Amino acid sequence: MTAPNHSWRKFKNVLMQVVAGVCAIIVVTPLLLIYYHLARFGFSSLNLAFFTHLPKPVGELGGGMANALVGTFILLIHAVIIGVPVGVLGGVYLSEYGGTRFNWWIRFTADIINGVPSITWGIVVWGLLVVPMHGFSALAGGVVLGLMMIPLVMRTTEEVLQLVPGGYREAALALGISKWKTIVQIVIRTALKGIVTGVLLALARIAGETAPLLFTAFGNLGWAHSLTEPIDTIPLLIFNYAISPYDDWHRQAWAGALVLLLLVLFINVGVRFLTRDRFQLKG
Amino acid sequence: MAITSKNPPALTARNLSVFFGANQVLKKISLDIAAKAVTAIIGPSGCGKSTFLRALNRMHELNPEARMEGEIRLCGEDIYAHNVEPVIVRRRVGMVFQKSNPFPTMSISENVTVGLRLNGMRDKKILAERIEQSLRMSALWDEVKDRLHAPAISLSGGQQQRLCIARALAVQPEVLLMDEPASALDPLATSKIEDLILQLKKEYTIVIVTHNMQQAARIADFTAFLYLGELIEFDATAKIFTNPAQKRTEDYLTGRFG
Repeated sequence: MTAPNHSWRKFKNVLMQVVAGVCAIIVVTPLLLIYYHLARFGFSSLNLAFFTHLPKPVGELGGGMANALVGTFILLIHAVIIGVPVGVLGGVYLSEYGGTRFNWWIRFTADIINGVPSITWGIVVWGLLVVPMHGFSALAGGVVLGLMMIPLVMRTTEEVLQLVPGGYREAALALGISKWKTIVQIVIRTALKGIVTGVLLALARIAGETAPLLFTAFGNLGWAHSLTEPIDTIPLLIFNYAISPYDDWHRQAWAGALVLLLLVLFINVGVRFLTRDRFQLKG
Repeated sequence: MAITSKNPPALTARNLSVFFGANQVLKKISLDIAAKAVTAIIGPSGCGKSTFLRALNRMHELNPEARMEGEIRLCGEDIYAHNVEPVIVRRRVGMVFQKSNPFPTMSISENVTVGLRLNGMRDKKILAERIEQSLRMSALWDEVKDRLHAPAISLSGGQQQRLCIARALAVQPEVLLMDEPASALDPLATSKIEDLILQLKKEYTIVIVTHNMQQAARIADFTAFLYLGELIEFDATAKIFTNPAQKRTEDYLTGRFG
């Protein structure tokens, strides 16, 4: 028997590895370019005034995004107030109660809703709140972000509750503990870190939303003094500044984008920190 | 089947049938479970012994497909009567599972008192008493008394199972159901659990499902042999193991099937 020639086989192996490697590089390159650009243009525009001052009128240099920073936090707080209780309890229903058929429909609907373009949400809330209230408002912005959070939080909550071993539920019920107390004190408590993680990821996702806010929060270059006034957020300000013809506004938009990226980064680091110790979900 | 015992039966099952969907798992089982004694349920896998145990505290109802016929009485009271809540039945008939399952978010002492606390008990003095009492009864006190606030999952497998027994005892049930409580443990931990069961039967009625026939022979006063959902034989353990009345019991015990 002659020695087999492996060179063709070896070549195919190497080729496969190279192709996969090139694709991996193509995936991360745009991301790295974005980071590079944001850092390059953003850092130079970041200063104390950026965080503490209002935008200046066109033509004047300087100013900041204090209103948009505060606005972003206000909208996120409202989104959490609306999205977390409904989303978490909906996830509890899917995981702990409900018939298989009914749950299938809820799950199916939630997944479809998660895939709906976010601008659609803006139009829905525009029709529900902005038109009847005769004006754009912070409230409408908070509601639209909250509504977007619900299906995201619901599905992640359901998934982490399903990871809680059934033995814990049985053990609690066998002690004569009622079902709702078993769910709240045993099941949710065991999966709490996972639920918080899901909420933070949903928050990171909606923190950068712009399109639904165009129809609801609208934007405001000054302070919003009540929830019924239009309010600014970082993504909205980035959008408005980026489409403007002014260099100084472009510069500020880069800084805003960097701040937004850092915010999402902090949320993700928070998620990693909370999930570093996952023994509780060990099945 | 009449079994002579000095005490009246703690639990009586009459014509108990359990179905999961169209599948009949238990077929008209009638059985008296003696108070303050150990009754073992043996039989090959799938014979319905776990289902029988779970019907005794209505745990089988967690399966939405489950349906039962017949009657189970606890100290004479029908536990399936319309006005009886399963939650109340389970406080009187506690359960220990095959896989030890202490709550991972709680400390050792919190695990012991969880059944009391979540049923509204707030009195710190009573809770502290119940912690020591339950851990002493489950022969765990000396091993954990210096670290009651340590996470329950820091204990070894055998200790975790004794903690689960302590947790079940803390709500002061009348009956303790045990579903293969030692089958996941090593021989040393198993013998500790068996010693514990022999201690506990002085105060509690114990029903234990086991696939370990030697274990049934060592600890049970009475043994029931189930096969394919039917009660084949029920008698004093000594009688079952030395002189069974049924051929199928003898075949199973001698390892000819199952």
